[in-house]
Amino acid sequence: MNDQTIETPGKHLLRCGPGEDILDLDRHLATGGFEAVKKALDMQPDAVREEVKKGNLRGRGGAGFPAGVKWGFIPADNPKPRYLLVNADEGEPGTFKDRYFLEHDPFPLLEGIIISAYAIGANTSYIYVRGEFVKQIRILEDCIAQLYKSGYLGEKVLGRDYKLDIYVHPGAGAYICGEESALMESIEGKPGRPRNRPPFPAVVGLFGCPTIINNVETMACVSLVFRHGAEKFVQMGLEKDGGPKIYCLSGHLKKPGLYEAPMGTNLKTLIYDYAGGTLDDRPIKGVIPGGSSTPVLTADEIDISMDFSSLAAAGTMLGSGATIVFTEGTCPVAVLKRISQFYAHESCGQCTPCRSGTGWLSRIVDSIESGNGRAGDCDLLLDAAGNISGNTICALGDAAAMPVTSFVTKFRDEFERHIAEGRCPYGN
Amino acid sequence: MTLAFTAESEEKFKALLGRYPNRQAALIPTLVIADREFGYLSREVMEYVAERLDLPKTYVLNTATFYTLLHKQPVGRYHVQVCVNVSCYLNGADHIADHLKRKLGIGFGEITEDGLFSLEGVQCLASCGTAPAIQVNDDYHENMTPEKADQLIDSLRQAGGGQ
Ligand SMILES: Cc1cc2nc3c(=O)[nH]c(=O)nc-3n(C[C@H](O)[C@H](O)[C@H](O)COP(=O)(O)O)c2cc1C
Ligand code: SF4
Ligand code: FES
Repeated sequence: MNDQTIETPGKHLLRCGPGEDILDLDRHLATGGFEAVKKALDMQPDAVREEVKKGNLRGRGGAGFPAGVKWGFIPADNPKPRYLLVNADEGEPGTFKDRYFLEHDPFPLLEGIIISAYAIGANTSYIYVRGEFVKQIRILEDCIAQLYKSGYLGEKVLGRDYKLDIYVHPGAGAYICGEESALMESIEGKPGRPRNRPPFPAVVGLFGCPTIINNVETMACVSLVFRHGAEKFVQMGLEKDGGPKIYCLSGHLKKPGLYEAPMGTNLKTLIYDYAGGTLDDRPIKGVIPGGSSTPVLTADEIDISMDFSSLAAAGTMLGSGATIVFTEGTCPVAVLKRISQFYAHESCGQCTPCRSGTGWLSRIVDSIESGNGRAGDCDLLLDAAGNISGNTICALGDAAAMPVTSFVTKFRDEFERHIAEGRCPYGN
Repeated sequence: MTLAFTAESEEKFKALLGRYPNRQAALIPTLVIADREFGYLSREVMEYVAERLDLPKTYVLNTATFYTLLHKQPVGRYHVQVCVNVSCYLNGADHIADHLKRKLGIGFGEITEDGLFSLEGVQCLASCGTAPAIQVNDDYHENMTPEKADQLIDSLRQAGGGQ
């Protein structure tokens, strides 16, 4: 790939600034668009997968699973059709990055889909977009139509002997459908209740066929791997965690928003240099680093590299890169209350520990915040959270338990004070 | 059966059928079209969808009840959805919610007498960087303030033929 197509650093994924977009195929082509796809389609599918592995691209949807490795789980001898599902459900509170691609810059996403579908041998791909994104769905469908018209999709993708159809499938307002197996159930026209695993989707997935599910940002990263080559992609991040990352910064910040930075950028740099520091320069009280389900960090823990391994070592997660900052003066019980209500509301209800446990957590946190907590409630919360973890069909159970465990452990004296005083000391 | 899709919806519906290996998979997108076209999914609308897709009525009902964006009750001409999740909360979502409740004279889950507005508290809309956020029908309104909320409601009231 020639160097002229490399934009300024920090502009690989978020190349459109505020108010800008690239929704016209010709404009995208003028930026070197589809060179990456041509390069990939000239390779054997296995070699495409190897290149993605070499880029050490870890999935951007939450779990950080290496993309190339996941693709390798499809059994080579399975004769059924294969599917690529792209997860644009974007539901984890704090996350607003995938929306950027749908709204401002869909072509790099679509490039990544073509390359990935080719690599896994899929002839159909569905993009599952959350139902609230009505306008974004229209934009995306229009861009897909442009690709069909110009021969980039359909019977012969770019004139090659390869057929690919991409369809947009709307969600209808259920957070749980962002979970990969619930997403498949939802496309099949059913309530979004997660499936037991094994079998894993790569073996028995959508319509019983081998299926790969990847996040929107992951797909955009695949296109970058081929635009610049795996080596350069690794250099844009960390050796074992390649590429740039979009960080979603929100909460008590002067300039909240989306920021692209190398994977592994320090959290303090993101908060103070990128987002301009906190509102009224108040001291930080806590930071939820990767979406509302990820364990909270206290102010003395934020000198940390924002990548999958470093955050795991610190007992939390990079998740979707959704960083929520709150400053001194914020009631941590009130923050946890919102979070716990959310997971209780979104539990699909098919496993008892999650269905009853999330409701229980939410009610206890609620009663503490409203001044009706009882001595022993903190231990009760820790116990109840511990009983959910690891005992459920899908990770929503853990997602509900982790914030409770971390908030109660790290802000315990404040929870106890609520209970002892019988009211919220912040006057909520 | 008296219900029927408009020509435009019919075209979208027909296009859906070619996208999936079976009819069930077209169900949710079809319900989305129907919800939009008929205002909400009454029993009659669900029966119509069941008939069009040749699926059992109970199958349609079972799926429809799972999804919050598929309305089982009538909503206002302007359906005002206020995000009450964490990033919006930190940026004053509760004030926006209270303000809208007072202004419209209704609570969450209610509809104004003239049928113009309904109000609902919803979960993260993926607008956390521009919190607090609300969604009215298809449109997002971000960085909300009570003043912006007033202006918005007043202009919708005018457009909707109210006083
Ligand atoms: C409850 C729950 C909700 C999830 N929501 C999303 C989501 O909105 N978007 C997403 O990309 N992944 C979401 N995930 C993760 C997906 O299950 C899956 O791991 C991911 O889409 C895989 O993509 P990746 O490998 O490219 O990261 C969710 C997981 C759980 C357990
Ligand atoms: S853990 Fe919760 S959301 Fe996941 S399958 Fe069980 S009940 Fe449903
Ligand atoms: S928390 Fe309100 S839009 Fe995300």
